[in-house]
Amino acid sequence: MNTPESTADLNDRVRSILAADRRSLRGVRIREIGVYAVLVLCGVFSLLITIAIVGVLLTETLNFFRSDEVTLSNFLGSGQWTPLLGSTKSFGIWALISGTMLVTVIAMAIALPLGLITAVYLSEYAPRKVRAVLKPVLEVLAGVPTVVYGFFALVTITPFLQWLHGGFNVFNATSGGIAVGILCLPTVCSLAEDALQAVPSSLRDGAYGLGGTRFDATVKVILPAALSGIISAFLLAIARAIGETMIVAIACGSRPQVTGDPRDEIQTMTGFMVQMAGGDVSNFGIEYYSMYAVAFTLFMITLSLTMIGNVVRRRYREAYE
Amino acid sequence: MVPRINSMNTVTKANTVTSKNTVTTEKEAFAGSPTIQTATPTEISQEQFALEILNLDSWYGDFQALHGVTIKIPRNQVTAFIGPSGCGKSTLLRWCNRMNDTIAIARASGTLRMGDTDLLSKSIDVVDLRRRVGIVFQKANPFPKSIFDNVAFGPRLHMKANRSELADLVEWSLRKAALWDEVKDRLNKPALGLSGGQQQRLCIARAIAVGPEVLLMDEPCSALDPASTLAIEDLMDELRTQYTIVIVTHNMQQASRCSDKTAFFFEGKVVEYGPTDRIFTNPENKQTEDYVSGRFG
Amino acid sequence: MPESSSQSNSDQRSTPELRGRAGRMLTEKWFSYLCVATATSSVAVLCWLLYSILSHGLPALSWTLLSNPPEPDPEQAGVRPAFFGTVWVCAMCGLMTLPIGIATAILLEEFPPKSKLGGWVYGLIQLNISNLAGVPSVVYGILGLTAFVSMFGLFERDQDSQSSGFELGVTYYNQFFSEGDRAILIPVENVDDKLSVVSEGMEAYTFARDADGATIVDYSKLVPTEINVITYDDPYPEDPAVLENTLFADAEAGRVSQKSWYYFQVPFGRGVLAGAMTLMLVILPVIIISSQEALRAVPSSLRAGALGLGATPWQVVRTVTLPAAIPGIMTGAILAMSRAIGETAPILIIAGIVYIRNAPQHLMDDFTVMPLQIYNWTSRPQEAFHDIAAGGIIILLAILLSFNAIAVLIRQKMQKPLS
Repeated sequence: MNTPESTADLNDRVRSILAADRRSLRGVRIREIGVYAVLVLCGVFSLLITIAIVGVLLTETLNFFRSDEVTLSNFLGSGQWTPLLGSTKSFGIWALISGTMLVTVIAMAIALPLGLITAVYLSEYAPRKVRAVLKPVLEVLAGVPTVVYGFFALVTITPFLQWLHGGFNVFNATSGGIAVGILCLPTVCSLAEDALQAVPSSLRDGAYGLGGTRFDATVKVILPAALSGIISAFLLAIARAIGETMIVAIACGSRPQVTGDPRDEIQTMTGFMVQMAGGDVSNFGIEYYSMYAVAFTLFMITLSLTMIGNVVRRRYREAYE
Repeated sequence: MVPRINSMNTVTKANTVTSKNTVTTEKEAFAGSPTIQTATPTEISQEQFALEILNLDSWYGDFQALHGVTIKIPRNQVTAFIGPSGCGKSTLLRWCNRMNDTIAIARASGTLRMGDTDLLSKSIDVVDLRRRVGIVFQKANPFPKSIFDNVAFGPRLHMKANRSELADLVEWSLRKAALWDEVKDRLNKPALGLSGGQQQRLCIARAIAVGPEVLLMDEPCSALDPASTLAIEDLMDELRTQYTIVIVTHNMQQASRCSDKTAFFFEGKVVEYGPTDRIFTNPENKQTEDYVSGRFG
Repeated sequence: MPESSSQSNSDQRSTPELRGRAGRMLTEKWFSYLCVATATSSVAVLCWLLYSILSHGLPALSWTLLSNPPEPDPEQAGVRPAFFGTVWVCAMCGLMTLPIGIATAILLEEFPPKSKLGGWVYGLIQLNISNLAGVPSVVYGILGLTAFVSMFGLFERDQDSQSSGFELGVTYYNQFFSEGDRAILIPVENVDDKLSVVSEGMEAYTFARDADGATIVDYSKLVPTEINVITYDDPYPEDPAVLENTLFADAEAGRVSQKSWYYFQVPFGRGVLAGAMTLMLVILPVIIISSQEALRAVPSSLRAGALGLGATPWQVVRTVTLPAAIPGIMTGAILAMSRAIGETAPILIIAGIVYIRNAPQHLMDDFTVMPLQIYNWTSRPQEAFHDIAAGGIIILLAILLSFNAIAVLIRQKMQKPLS
């Protein structure tokens, strides 16, 4: 097959091809450096975004505090948020933070237990057929735009709540909170499921090997082992709920007040920003700058939650790899 | 610039030898080897060494993988590195074309020369080096492209070859790798459709197509069935006439069957290095004897 | 209630003596019931959500809803400008985000750092990206408002000035109405001039007329005309044809502008480009993370193979890694785009709530997007607007669903085995 006669020509040709001039390495090298420079620029761009966010929020927040009408003690110490009331302006961020907290607590009361149990079910119990239905359902729930949840909260959940109990306002914290909870459920579920899946199967086998039931294995072995991952999932979900905007803007109303009553109208930090953007407030007034102060507060809260969440998650990944 | 011109000359020279050897029969090729084998290292002129490794140390982070390794690898022969897992033989192989550069924590000191080129120098062009020193990995890794594109991959990067020249090169490489007759009708089919042994031979063809001087093989048969292993070993036997082959293997029968020289590694040191016949029949070192006789490792 | 049953479970577990088989099996059984109930509840919620939207929206769904601008009358209102706004903004956003996002992913995955400092910078970028993914989108809206819409106020001139810092592709006219009630347009040389002086012989234009003599109000089809300037002392012309071109010397003008398709201004203003760039900030981390995952899924043996043949790192990426990772990258990119399509809060901050009748004509044009239009209608008290909002939601969900279907298709059809 590989006789000298049949391949002699080919050999000659190939010899000359191999002996011919090769491509200049200099061009390759220059292109390599150029490409690398472009890639580094793109990579640095993401850092620039963070620097820009912090820079913009910080300078405009400082502008806000430089105004005579605002004091830091009023901002951090008061529960009165009335930036639009001409004579009696008060900028007490607690009114907005309390609204955000109320919505977040309601949302997490739904998303955390349901999400965790669904994750346990998906990871430990669910037959393949159920998984094949449940996974896409959760993906769809995660992919629905938040404005749709806002519509759902206002048009469907609120009337339902009012039917259950007459005391609910048209705009109330509960209906927004429930919708935010539904929105966060897939997040909790998929992150928690990742954490459960990361538990080595040897631990699982160990628990079953000692005669444990599935419940024993899950509750006593797998959940504790995945705890840091689950906590990180919870933290990321809380951050998401705090930053959620459209649902609360649509369903929770626009009255900033410190209240624990979930039937009442409230305003969250994000809701206030939407109100400012949607209205026609002059671009340079104190109330315009108050939007940056609120955004800065929101950014610091969510950033710290996300960072802690990511650190915890990295911790558990390292633990098993 | 200087090393590049230098390398080109060497390539040309190597290929002149190649083309001559292509038409020599196997018998002639074999006739050449024993003379070298019987010669002691001092009698061999420097030109006949493809790679000279002198007192090479290597680390992965704090772990020292190689301790003062000294091996001179003769040109146009098969040299086998044997030894238990983790003894550093693959590390050494991967230094020979600087594949270790992909591992951030890997570093080496000592001398690793190919002709006049210092392979460990910072200024060396690893891209050019890897053209001259090809490598075949443990697990066949054809690209998810057609068979033709796999073989033409290297030439397309390095050569200004036109379509027909590429086709010649692909045919020649596949013939060299003893794969042509099996795949000539389906050159445009995905390479991943080939069997494991065929894939590994394709990887060898791919390495040959850029016209290397040295071919490194990192346990090329460990994932293959016996029939495919035999095919690869036959192939090495053919290629030894034109290429310097360095093979890392766990399989001692394989080393004894196909290599001219053998180095036995243990815990990062070369315990013994010499003609394969002697290593396997009359080793000087007790550890070597224990290993080749299967008492440990 | 789920809570109460899990409470009883933990009570049983805490009993110190060996539990009987029956008790343990009971716990096991109840727990699995709880699981199934929980899992079912998420399916039920989805069904409830869909039912709510369909029951409100299906009756409102009509060709009018697709083709009309958002008229004040809910019977006549439609989403056409919002639909085109979404197309413009998301297309621009994708064009800008994909290259930057994929490039960053390639940098992080394929070009390992060469020094300690490099490693530190890489770690910083990576940490930063995962944290950026958690920043609420409304904060990006605020950033976009400052950085793109007003560009930190760097180009601010006096408040009354109509012009911005830099403009391209725009012609300003002083528009007069002649004594014969015809629009006369005189090009403005210096935008900041507020005086509108007319004199005979000035370059002037008027709207073209069609065959029936009706005026075509289209600034791109102006026809030159001669103007006849009179003062109050002059005799008033009688001829209607002359009157059409006659202006009093002190006639009052309004300022109009004609912007071409390539109109560009700095700062960007509340236009399509500012919206797209803001959305870019929102989805960039998403695209980077999904592209990184796609690249990581390419077996490293392929990289080693290409490197071993003497390919440079970029050649490895271009010829091996990127082609192998493209299906995964595209899937992630499509999912990120569907997130961009549904994103409301940052666009609301950028664009505000404005009444838009037309699809955007250039990158600086005012715009609205589908979710913003839906928000607009939802936040009105009238039921009828809620119904068309639901109709808009159905259209939006249909778009998103087709995007997801494409992603699934790519995942299934294009994903070849890699080793």
